[in-house]
Amino acid sequence: MFKTYSLSFAYNQQVSFHFPDIELDAGENLLILGESGIGKTTLLHLMAGLLQPQSGRVELMGTLIHELSSSQLDRFRGSHIGLVFQRPHFVRALSLQENLALVQHLARKPVDKSRIKEVLDGLGIGHKLSEKPHRLSQGEQQRAAIALAVINRPQLILADEPTSSLDDKNANRVARLLQEQAFTTEAQLIIITHDQRLKTQFSNTLTL
Amino acid sequence: MSIFRLSLRNMTSRPLSTTLSLVLLTLGVGMIALLLQVNRHIQQQMENNVRGIDMVVGAKGSPLQLILSAVYHIDAPTGNIALHEAERLQNNRLVASGIPLSYGDSYQGYRIVGTDHQYPKLYVATVVEGQLWQAPFEVTVGATVANLLNLKIGDNFVGAHGLTEGGEVHDEHAYQVVGIFDYTNSVLDQLILTATESVWAAHHHEEESDTTASTENESHAHEEGEKDPEHHEYEEGEEHHEHEEAREITAMLVKFRSPMGMVQLPRRVNEDTNMQAAVPAYEISRLFSLMGVGVDTLSTIALVIMAVSGLSVFISLFNALKDRQYEMALMRTYGASRWQLVGLVLQEGLLLTLAGFSLGILVSRLGLWLISGLMEASYHYSFSGWGWMAEEWWLLASALAIGLLASLIPAIRVFRINISKTLADA
Repeated sequence: MFKTYSLSFAYNQQVSFHFPDIELDAGENLLILGESGIGKTTLLHLMAGLLQPQSGRVELMGTLIHELSSSQLDRFRGSHIGLVFQRPHFVRALSLQENLALVQHLARKPVDKSRIKEVLDGLGIGHKLSEKPHRLSQGEQQRAAIALAVINRPQLILADEPTSSLDDKNANRVARLLQEQAFTTEAQLIIITHDQRLKTQFSNTLTL
Repeated sequence: MSIFRLSLRNMTSRPLSTTLSLVLLTLGVGMIALLLQVNRHIQQQMENNVRGIDMVVGAKGSPLQLILSAVYHIDAPTGNIALHEAERLQNNRLVASGIPLSYGDSYQGYRIVGTDHQYPKLYVATVVEGQLWQAPFEVTVGATVANLLNLKIGDNFVGAHGLTEGGEVHDEHAYQVVGIFDYTNSVLDQLILTATESVWAAHHHEEESDTTASTENESHAHEEGEKDPEHHEYEEGEEHHEHEEAREITAMLVKFRSPMGMVQLPRRVNEDTNMQAAVPAYEISRLFSLMGVGVDTLSTIALVIMAVSGLSVFISLFNALKDRQYEMALMRTYGASRWQLVGLVLQEGLLLTLAGFSLGILVSRLGLWLISGLMEASYHYSFSGWGWMAEEWWLLASALAIGLLASLIPAIRVFRINISKTLADA
């Protein structure tokens, strides 16, 4: 149950965006395609509550997220929304396992080692548990980023260009893994990308 | 993985800048704490030893030298004074007591002091073993001397002329240890006490040549003194001590019966006699004001180092934050609140300064230990008590204030971070 209504955002008078409404039911996924500069990242940040829209609303599980206070929004985002970014980033000082434990802690959830192991195994990087994330290969890093997004079983997974820096094989694998993880955690998945390779894997697409 | 552990991991993940900050903080805090401690110990020692001594009388010369040699036993004596002249002063109605001191000889660098039984009483010294000296060439030994030279009751030794090791040995007269004092935390611990007569006997052959010179001085002093009507009260009983006129002592520690003594006697002694009077309280405060210049310079340097360490903590945090902007934004997207991240930055600053402070205190104690050993070796003075000082709470407060101040700007930046822009720019 994720909806957006007449979202718009303006950086200044020249650069402003109006976005089409989106409505997703439980278990539904969406691929949003668009060229560079069309406001893909802006839309994703609006949906994640990282930006305040000029007008319009975003509703997740009956909560209008832009009506929450700043700290309520931080908390809500931490426990209900998982984000995957174009280039994966981690807390450098910590190992992969510690990064995941930190994300659990920040969402005010108890640190659950077996959940961490389960998620990493599901993504095929269970053996990299105590590795520093920046020492992993690109494909592994992107999978680790997915682990960060799904570790707290969010209701909504938002991915911003998750495959654009990967080769065909890894791109397909990451897209498939995202769908798998969304399915097992019963989350709705929205991928925003210009990567036409993903078109074949999604039935529900929207072009900006 | 709590915020606190993350702070620690962040610090250890950039070892170079963390080490630089720590070294600077340790240096600044260590220097200031060491100065405070050394200053306190010296003052304590100085005040402890001067207790009960209102005035010191000795040969003419530098008053500070007289105090340092007669009270603290760390300088050479200014010379000798005639015993009868000192005794005449002792009989003054304003004087409660006068303790004669004769020194100039030593054993293995520790001074042998000829005196009477009032001297150990001045420092409330108790004899742990044996007894006080009763006859010439019997000695009672201070605790530190007994301990370091391993002296026991019944041991014999010969004194050497002069106050440093390797002087001419008076081998015709051996001293015998008859008692050992308990620790008094005063100069007494570093001394070997004996009867005044022992020193006279040991130096008998030298006196013969000295006598003519001193009697000449005496007569000169008398001529001048005669003009002063009050001078007569010193002279009573002079006739009976005719044969003691040649006797000399090095100094006398005087305690007054009333504050009137402080007003009258020092000036009268300096003007009317061949002796010099010095007031320890005055000379010591003069010494401290001289030393104060050096202490002030050092504390200024230490303060500058602390300020630089604050700057280093600031740069370290600021740079780390610039590299970690994205991390911070990332943590916000995973549910961290602004205040949690502010807490993270402040914690890093405070942890760093706290660690630097602890290391600094540790270094200051280590330095104190080294200086104490050095003082022990060259002045036979040692420090006792390594306790926490009230000023060190202030030092802690200022170290924490520096940490807080240094992390304030980075913390404000974290608080105001624009998540969307930071993520998009990365």
